[in-house]
Amino acid sequence: MSFLETSLSELRQKLKNRSLRAVDLVKTALGQVQRVEPQVKGVLHILEERALAQAAQIDAALDRGEVLSPFAGIPIAIKDNLCLTGTKTTCASKILENFVAPYTATAVQNVLDAGLIPVVKTNMDEFAMGSSNENSAFFTTQNPWDLTRVPGGSSGGSAAVVAAGEVPLSLGSDTGGSIRQPAAFCGIVGVKPTYGRVSRYGLVAFASSLDQIGPFARTVEDAALLMNVICGHDAKDSTSATVGKEDFTATLNHPISGLRIGVPKELFGDSIAPEIREAVSKALDFFKANGASWSWTTMSSFEAAVSTYYILAPAEASANLARFDGVRYGYRHADSANLKEMFMKSRGEGFGPEVKRRILLGTYVLSSGYYDAYYVRAQKIRQWIRHDFAQVFNEFDVILTPTTPNVAFKFGENAGDPVKMYLEDIATIPVNLAGVPGMSLPCGFSNGLPIGMQLIGKSFDEATLFRLGHFYQQHTDFHTQVPAWLKKGA
Amino acid sequence: MAFEPVIGIEVHAQLKTNTKLFCGCPTTFGQATNSHVCPVCLGLPGALPVLNRQTVLFAIRAGLALNCQIQPQSVFARKNYFYPDLPKGYQISQFDLPLCTGGYVDIVVDGQPKRIGVTRIHMEEDAGKLLHQGAEAISGATHSLVDLNRACTPLIEIVSEPDIRSAQEAKIYVETLKQILEHIGVCDGNLEEGSLRADANVSIRPVGQDAFGTKTEVKNLNSFRSIERAVIYEIKRQEEALGRGEAIVQQTRHYDDTTQKTRAMRSKEEAHDYRYFPDPDLLPLVVTPQQIEEVRAQLPELPQARRKRYRDLGLGEHDCETLLNDLARLAYFDACVAVKGEVAPKLIANWILGEMTAVYKEGKHGFEGSPIIPERFVAFLLLIQTDKISGKIGKELLPKLIGSTQSPSELVASLGVSQMTDTSALDGIIADILAANPDVIEKVKSGKTNAADFLIGQVMKQTRGQAKPDLVRELIHQKIQSL
Repeated sequence: MSFLETSLSELRQKLKNRSLRAVDLVKTALGQVQRVEPQVKGVLHILEERALAQAAQIDAALDRGEVLSPFAGIPIAIKDNLCLTGTKTTCASKILENFVAPYTATAVQNVLDAGLIPVVKTNMDEFAMGSSNENSAFFTTQNPWDLTRVPGGSSGGSAAVVAAGEVPLSLGSDTGGSIRQPAAFCGIVGVKPTYGRVSRYGLVAFASSLDQIGPFARTVEDAALLMNVICGHDAKDSTSATVGKEDFTATLNHPISGLRIGVPKELFGDSIAPEIREAVSKALDFFKANGASWSWTTMSSFEAAVSTYYILAPAEASANLARFDGVRYGYRHADSANLKEMFMKSRGEGFGPEVKRRILLGTYVLSSGYYDAYYVRAQKIRQWIRHDFAQVFNEFDVILTPTTPNVAFKFGENAGDPVKMYLEDIATIPVNLAGVPGMSLPCGFSNGLPIGMQLIGKSFDEATLFRLGHFYQQHTDFHTQVPAWLKKGA
Repeated sequence: MAFEPVIGIEVHAQLKTNTKLFCGCPTTFGQATNSHVCPVCLGLPGALPVLNRQTVLFAIRAGLALNCQIQPQSVFARKNYFYPDLPKGYQISQFDLPLCTGGYVDIVVDGQPKRIGVTRIHMEEDAGKLLHQGAEAISGATHSLVDLNRACTPLIEIVSEPDIRSAQEAKIYVETLKQILEHIGVCDGNLEEGSLRADANVSIRPVGQDAFGTKTEVKNLNSFRSIERAVIYEIKRQEEALGRGEAIVQQTRHYDDTTQKTRAMRSKEEAHDYRYFPDPDLLPLVVTPQQIEEVRAQLPELPQARRKRYRDLGLGEHDCETLLNDLARLAYFDACVAVKGEVAPKLIANWILGEMTAVYKEGKHGFEGSPIIPERFVAFLLLIQTDKISGKIGKELLPKLIGSTQSPSELVASLGVSQMTDTSALDGIIADILAANPDVIEKVKSGKTNAADFLIGQVMKQTRGQAKPDLVRELIHQKIQSL
């Protein structure tokens, strides 16, 4: 049995009729981890004991005839910036290398309550800062479609382990594209929910006003199902939206006719690879042929967003990462002569170069004398970006863009040029700044590398994205493709 | 040249809510180190603050008591700096948009009223505590341990206008503030234990000049005495510096209570750049007019109003102030005044502040949960007011009220100590005593009327205190004059 060739609904059916046991699924996952991890390197920690114990419990309950959630017994991977009691939560940073979380994040608890079984914690760019997983302090995850290329980031590990069939589902976090971009690079579905949909409690913060936890899956339907599990108001997160639980699958099969799709011209220019423009255009033609309409729009947000983001996100990060000071937990430089040296050396040795770069940027833009020119101005532009999106959503139900300007790049290709790397996120960053939901799903291939398109919705209207995406997947097979070396018998 | 001091005071007051500002941990003190902590107040990765609404109500109450405007929307901001007692590497505080603005406190200096402006009141979380090992203070310590029980407990910072002009005013301002905060039940006002902390911004300028001089901020003022002494010292230090032609350096100074001097801690150049920005983990704090009115309606009587009411009840200034400084005793007094017994409030105050306080102190009783309920105490005082017993007998009787089930008048009857107001019964005793002291009679007759006190004392002794002293005095004088 393989997660690459068996759909999630099939797995759920088999669990229900007891022809398959949860423990078998966990063993399948652990087996695939064993088999492919030497190449993929998406996993930081394997939770074997914990996963097998949880699976045994679920099997016992199912054997007793208890009715559990539809997901009970399905393995899942968790990004290593989400706390799970008793497991390491390193954020792929040396500074948290030995940190064992003493509590569980709300979204992870929701996953546990639904009977999903965390089997691995996944690699990422350190503290979610990066678009390639090259910033992990431990090792670099490789794209299952081409092991010489990056899986994207920062949730590269979570995307790669789903694409490589190690698990059927995973959780990531998205601050400026950290779910959607690796989903695009790895040929799977990734969703950044509306800001406030998913509790951030227990997600190690990068930029608090932008971070959201979201699902990775191979189909839109599975992503919607996992969204049902993780969403909901949480009193432990003051920014959690006070909206009730929603069944995102309720309107999956509603017709797409009449839906109005807006396509920003700014993301169809020369900066976008021609194969990607072509693949996205074909998708647009498909939607039009099936009763939806699309037309060009202009959104100057896409020009302003990256620089705005690289002021606001580092500003918040500079404060969020101040707690890693070596005093209470995490890495501490031994034998410091005094307090200041302990702070400086612990942080200097504990953080990697990209994290330091962003802490410096953030500290600078908040400094006395620069605050108004940078931080305050960036906040104003953010307001204006929200307004820009609101205006476009007066005319359209969905905004459709390429998820990334290029397909997965080679290791080291962008590493020497941070600005070039940052511009890879031009399509995804504005979505976080506006707080609206976005989803990436596969829409083609370029030289064997997956292409992703991004659907952006109105606040709290993920359902329309799922409806459109599900319809697309009912009629296309990009999402069922598997890297050749991972095919059965390969 | 004559200088005028200009002083502004910042007071940090700990709000006495049951739980911390941004988590559910209890705020009780004196517990085992790091026992009242959770992921939020430990600053663990991924933990998020959630505002405790009770603290907001307390802060609004303080704002109303200090005549402030309560802002419909205020914003929590991060104040960034590194210190081992600050778990997140930033303190959640309020910066450019505080909860309360533009109030005032009326103080009385040498009998004269003066109004001190309150610029703002903002909410913030406290830090933890460092326990220095191997020495009393940080200097000389081998290492320090961190206790985070206090981390994240709620504080309000009350910033005054630079309206204070002397060390005495500074002390009175903080005393007045403490009294108000105690009376409205938001802070227990203990300077020594740090639930109230004051810093003074001190500058001086030539008399008649409008522009402010360069200020210094004086810290570590943990008693009223040290506030006064530190400000006196700092004014003098600045006057002497200017007298020598030196410039005042803007700096933070530490007051040392043992040497009674201030010393430089850090200069303006060394001051932190706190890089305040709005905390993205917390929504703006919205307070509705209705919420403000609800707090206002529940606002307890303020000390100033109470003072006036007590003066109107006939209490002297000293009794008023003594009562106002002890909340439990004050509540007991109010309860007694409220009992229908027609007992004069002055008599109640005299007995509560005098004999009762002594008896309670002796027996380790508190006015809170008093063993003598107000009704019983008033019934007792009524016996004195109506001459059923003498004050002297009253003093003997008071401790007996504790633990007895008899009413005060039953006790008087069973002990046989009711006051003798029958002149015929006293006449014989007085005649005997006069006969035994002819020399004293001569003294009285020669104009030394005080000598009669001895004779009164003898009568009181004979009657075991049951005679009414005024009556005895009257009778003795009558008798002597008729001799």
